[in-house]
Parts: sequence; C-alpha cells; structure tokens
Amino acid sequence: MASSFSRVLSSKRNVGILSVVGGSLTAGFLLHRQHVNAGAPGRRLYPASAEYPDLRKHNNCMASHLTPAIYAKLCDKATPSGYTLDQAIQTGVDNPGHPFIKTVGMVAGDEESYQVFADLLDPVIKERHNGYDPQTMKHPTDLDASKLQSGHFDERYVLSSRVRTGRSIRGLSLPPACTRAERREVERVVVDALAGLKGDLAGRYYSLSQMTDQEQQQLIDDHFLFDKPVSPLLTCAGMARDWPDARGIWHNNDKTFLIWVNEEDHTRVISMEKGGNMKRVFDRFCRGLKEVEHLIHERGWEFMWNERLGYILTCPSNLGTGLRAGVHVKLPLLSKDPRFSKILDNLRLQKRGTGGVDTAAVGGTFDISNLDRLGQSEVQLVQTVVDGVNYLVECEKRLEKGQDIKVPSPIKQFK
Amino acid sequence: MPFGNTHNKMKMNYSAEQEFPDLSQHNNHMAKVLTPEMYAQLRDKETPSGFTLDDVIQTGVDNPGHPFIMTVGCVAGDEETYEVFRDLMDPIIEDRHGGYKPDDKHKTDLDPENLQGGDDLDPNYVLSSRVRTGRSIRGFCLPPHCSRGERRAIEDLSIQSLDALDGDLKGRYYALKNMTEEEQQQLIDDHFLFDKPVSPLLLASGMARDWPDGRGIWHNDNKTFLVWVNEEDHLRVISMQKGGNMREVFTRFCTGLTKIESLFKERSHEFMWNEHLGYVLTCPSNLGTGLRAGVHVKLPNLSKHELFGEVLKRLRLQKRGTGGVDTAAVGGVFDISNADRLGFSEVELVQMVVDGVNLLVDMEKRLEAGDAVDDLMPEQK
Repeated sequence: MASSFSRVLSSKRNVGILSVVGGSLTAGFLLHRQHVNAGAPGRRLYPASAEYPDLRKHNNCMASHLTPAIYAKLCDKATPSGYTLDQAIQTGVDNPGHPFIKTVGMVAGDEESYQVFADLLDPVIKERHNGYDPQTMKHPTDLDASKLQSGHFDERYVLSSRVRTGRSIRGLSLPPACTRAERREVERVVVDALAGLKGDLAGRYYSLSQMTDQEQQQLIDDHFLFDKPVSPLLTCAGMARDWPDARGIWHNNDKTFLIWVNEEDHTRVISMEKGGNMKRVFDRFCRGLKEVEHLIHERGWEFMWNERLGYILTCPSNLGTGLRAGVHVKLPLLSKDPRFSKILDNLRLQKRGTGGVDTAAVGGTFDISNLDRLGQSEVQLVQTVVDGVNYLVECEKRLEKGQDIKVPSPIKQFK
Repeated sequence: MPFGNTHNKMKMNYSAEQEFPDLSQHNNHMAKVLTPEMYAQLRDKETPSGFTLDDVIQTGVDNPGHPFIMTVGCVAGDEETYEVFRDLMDPIIEDRHGGYKPDDKHKTDLDPENLQGGDDLDPNYVLSSRVRTGRSIRGFCLPPHCSRGERRAIEDLSIQSLDALDGDLKGRYYALKNMTEEEQQQLIDDHFLFDKPVSPLLLASGMARDWPDGRGIWHNDNKTFLVWVNEEDHLRVISMQKGGNMREVFTRFCTGLTKIESLFKERSHEFMWNEHLGYVLTCPSNLGTGLRAGVHVKLPNLSKHELFGEVLKRLRLQKRGTGGVDTAAVGGVFDISNADRLGFSEVELVQMVVDGVNLLVDMEKRLEAGDAVDDLMPEQK
C-alpha cells in the first residue's frame, strides 16, 4: 500500500483530487483518503448473516471462496474511494454461472480493492490462475520483444496474428466504480498521450458519442468497433453506466495498432495483422505500449502495476500480463483428432471460435491463444504461443501426409 | 447504492461541470428538468440511507429515451428521496402528472361503495377486468437501493401479513427461488409469474440485483387476488377476473388492500403515504394511487376509427396491447385503462374507466350497426 501511494505522490498531477485539498498537497491527499476510508461504507442495519448472499446455486470463483466468515470480516470495509465488498461481488451474485464454464464472479473497483478485499481475492486469484499465490509469488514483466524466438508462422495455415492486453491509469477508479468525471479524465489522459505517437504508430481517436455515420461504418467494416456490453456479467458490475460517455476507439493509420478506451478496462491495447508474422505483431505491441507509457509519464501519470499482481485490471482473470496472444489457424484434421484437447492443454493453449470468446469454430479455423495470464511474463507467454502453434501446424502437416502425431509433454506452468 | 461509487464523496473532488451527464441525446422527464445548476446544487446531498442524486438519475442517463414515448428517467431509493431531491422531483411530477403542483393535495378513497355502477360492463365486449397498484413499507429502502437483508425482511414481513388473510382472500406464497417445476408451470399458465426484469429502464436502476433472492408471488386460492413481492416495488397488488364486473374486482381490491394494511399495522409497520404524494412508490409515474384499472375489450371497429385517439384522450384513458405496456393489440382486443395516477382518488379513477369503457362499447355497437358516433363524443374530462 505505502509503495503505491508514494509512487502516486511522486508524480505531477493536475487533477481535481490534489487541487481541492489545498495546503500541503501530499499531506492533504493522504488525509482526505483516510477520512473517506473511516467513514465508509455507511449504514448497516442488518448483521452480516442477514446480508450474506444465497450462493447455493452458484458456480463461479467468488461463490467458491466467499464463506460467511469472510463476508462478515469484509462487509464493513471499503477502499479509500468507498468501493465495498457488496459492489465487488454483485456480478457474481447476479450471475450464478454455468456448470461447464466457471466465471470469476467478482471485479475490482479500483487498485486498492485487491488489497482491501485480499482475503477473498487472493483465493479467487489462486483458483483462477492455477495456483498462483499472490502472498508468496512475484509476477515477472518482460516487454522486450527482441527475446522472442522465431515467430513467423506458415501462412498456409495461420491466417492472422494478434496480441492484446489492458492497462489502467493509476489514481483513477476502474470501470465498475468510476464517476463520469473520472471516466472522462481517463479518456483525456489516454487520448492526449496517444496524440504523441509517431511514425507507424501515428493515428487518431474516434469518440463513440461523436463519431459520424461513415466513421462508424468504417470501424465496423474494419472489425474495430466495440458496442455497449450486453453480457450480464459486465452490466451487473456497473461497467456500462453512462454509455457512451467517454468511450472511444483509437487506431493507427495502418490499422495494426488499436486502443479501446473505457470499455471493460481503462484501456485495451491490441496489435494485429493478417498473416503469420507474430514477431512483428509482438514487436509493435511492446513498442507501442512502451511509447504510450512514456507519454503518460511525461504528463505525470502511470499505469497500475505491482510486483505481486503485475498489471492491475478490472477482472481478476486479466491480472499479470493481461495478455492474450493468438492466431486464427486452419487445423481441419487436427481438430477432429481425439487428442486435440489434450495437446492444447499440455501446450497451455486454449481454442475459441473465430468470433472470439464463446463462439464456435468455422470451417476448421480456430482462434488459438495462451491460457495463462499471471505468473509468466509477456515474452514467455508469446513464446508459448509461438512454440505451441508451430507444433500444431506440424501436427496438421503430419496428419495430411497420413503420419502419426504425438501428444507433447505438459510444459511447466510457472517458470 | 446500486453501482459504482455514486454514493460517496470522492466525486466531490471533481467540479459539478466535470460530472454533469451528457443529456444532449436524451428525451425523458429527468433530462428535461435537470440543469447544470440544479445538478451542482443537489449533487452532494444524500437521503439518510445514503441515496444520492447520481443514484436517482442513473437510469435516465443510461436510457436516453424514445422520441415518441417520454419515460420518467429517475427513481426513488427510499421515501426521503422525494423530499431531499424535491427540486428535481417536483417539476418532473408536475410534467408527468398533468400539472400537479408542489403544494397540491392528493385524495385517497378506497371505499368501493362510492363507485357508481360498474358491475355490468357488457361481457360480449369486455373480456376481463383488473385493478392493480403498489405499496411500499415505510422504513425500508426501495428496490433500487435496498440491501439483501432489507429485501429479505420485506419478504418475511409480507409473508407473515399475507398468511393471515382469510375468507376468499386466503392463499399462499411462492418464493421465486424455491418454487418447484410444477408450481412454476402453473403460475405461468395462470399468467401470474413475473420474471427477472429485462427492460434496461429497470436494470439500470439496480432493481434486479440479487435476483431471485427475496422475490415471490402470493395469490389467493380463487386466483382473483395476487401480490408480487420485491419486483419493481415492495408490493404490487392485483385484483382480477374474467368478464365485466369491475365493481366486484374493485371491491375485492379495496377490501384486500385495507386488510393487508391493517395486518402490517398489527406488526408495527405502515405503508409509505403522505397527503401531497399519496402512496409513495419507486417510480414517480406511480405516485398517488399507483392505480391502473383496466379491461381487455373488443373494439375492432372503433379502434380503426379516426376519432379513437381523441375519444381516449378526452376520457383520460390509454390503450395498450393485451400483453401489457409496450405490446400491440391482437384481433382488435385492447387493454384500456386510466391514464392518470396522481391527483385523482382511486374511486374517481375507476369511475372514469367504468364510464369510459361503457361509452366505448356503445360507440363500438353503433359502428357495428353502420351508424355514426359523432354525437357520442364526450367532453374533455
């Protein structure tokens, strides 16, 4: 907690929080947050046992770990900005989940949520991230794209390559909790910084509330436009409030680097292109991220990050790297082989349909990406995808020739 | 408290101008009334239970509205909302309820003896009759704001009181989360079962949180008196039956409501009510009587007549499809009900429906016979 505060205080910020408090800025800032912390969350007329949610029909990580005892311990706590446990778990209470797909069932309203509600979030993180223990482990961050080995796929099989992640602006609440002014501040900070990108990264911003019909159509045709969330997992967490205020899409002129502002996270950063040059995609990704980070530092801001959890995002499932590196790849024979799932598992990869999460594959073409997010670095995860996809393509080629394939040994999880 | 940190003081670190919602695309009562100055004045206020201006208006910010249909665009989180935010609520109420002023008084009259006639709406045309209203239990927060503990307490209290009903009102409660498959199917077949709200107008205000916890349906054995618990309001009370005996429906309605009220009083609880706003409910559109008295009536000829809309307007009635609000009429059968809620008593509103529907049926018969209806056109009520 202390280290994240001192990082905030060391940066120059011209936002309302510090200016209102007056006097000695640093002391005033700390004082104000203390005061709010002490006052929250307000009235509680009923004991914890009367408020404890009915989770008997639920199958999500939150429901698995929220015992009445943990609820009683945390229900009167709030983060300095006033975010409470009930708010964090609302999405998991409202969405019991699916017997086959275990959702996370909770969100963070701000960076401090991960500390204030650690008694619940740590076990949730451990379950979701296959045993990663935030209490004892450290997350490695590595955005040095030059370390990636090979990364040029056979384009007879790999149709496109893409890497995405998210970044949050330290000091501003996350989408479930932010006020309109905070959300507009995120937009202002990010758009201002992006305007400083040059060369192949130079581009422009399209605000959702102001774009013209032609701009909208173009963005749809490019498959860039995102729409108001309809998934109850998101709407129940309050992320869609005030839509489309302060939401927008930025992309470079080449249409290979794209940033979503204020959708599920403060920012989602995407590098993509047709074909199999994952090396170039990842290189642009790292370069772009570093450039953006440098530009916001110049203006006195920084990303939410710590060495336990890596990059801090709204959903606990996206902690660490928040990175999903994937390809669209043709595997018509391999996908029909009964060993396909096991091969993917051992390679620490997951398959999705080409429409993204929760869609079906079309014509034997799959979206293949890394399973893990936390506990391994960006370079390690993209390397996993590169090595894994190469192996899958090799399998497909062998099957084409009537040769047999082997299930690879499982690769180690935390390196 | 539904979402976000709208209820806390951190947002005061930003100016009112920085927080003021973008209402440029909006068409609802809240958007018409809320100026930046009003926002600046009210935004740091809260009701004693912590409901804030941003909580009140969130549904109106999230749902810009429709060019033809003016939605209200705000909700109350508790009884005090209407007081603490009266600068916003009063003009909205005035606009929505036909010029009802901040110092007007609302009359409550639940004595069915005061209704004239109403027992003989022509059953060849009137297929069914129904009266509904809502009630809130004083001292508890309303659906947008209540905690799980409060909602459950409201449910417990309601079950206790309703279980004490006897005679033709005797019945039982079906909790949404406990009902069996058969019970559920029966309630669907009876057209009693309500489902989780899907309308973004309701979802955006936080009313569907924790579904289906604390929600349920109570109905009497005769299936003519029905109470919804913790849907859009604490209680929605419905009296209904096939045919045109609106008088009987209204009598049962009044008797039932009065009994329920006294049963709550026995348990030291009362309904939210005051002499300015009448019965206090979640949506400002349901203040006063909260009453919608209506029939399903066959008007295939009249509904095609050019004067249909004008007749309804003069009679202070509104039409809906037989699926309820926002549905279309099927086979010339319409849901016809009172347009007003506040500023008229229950008896007055039901009287308007009775008299109005009788006139509409007369006009339908004239048109069937090939005669004109112009001489039957009423004065504006």
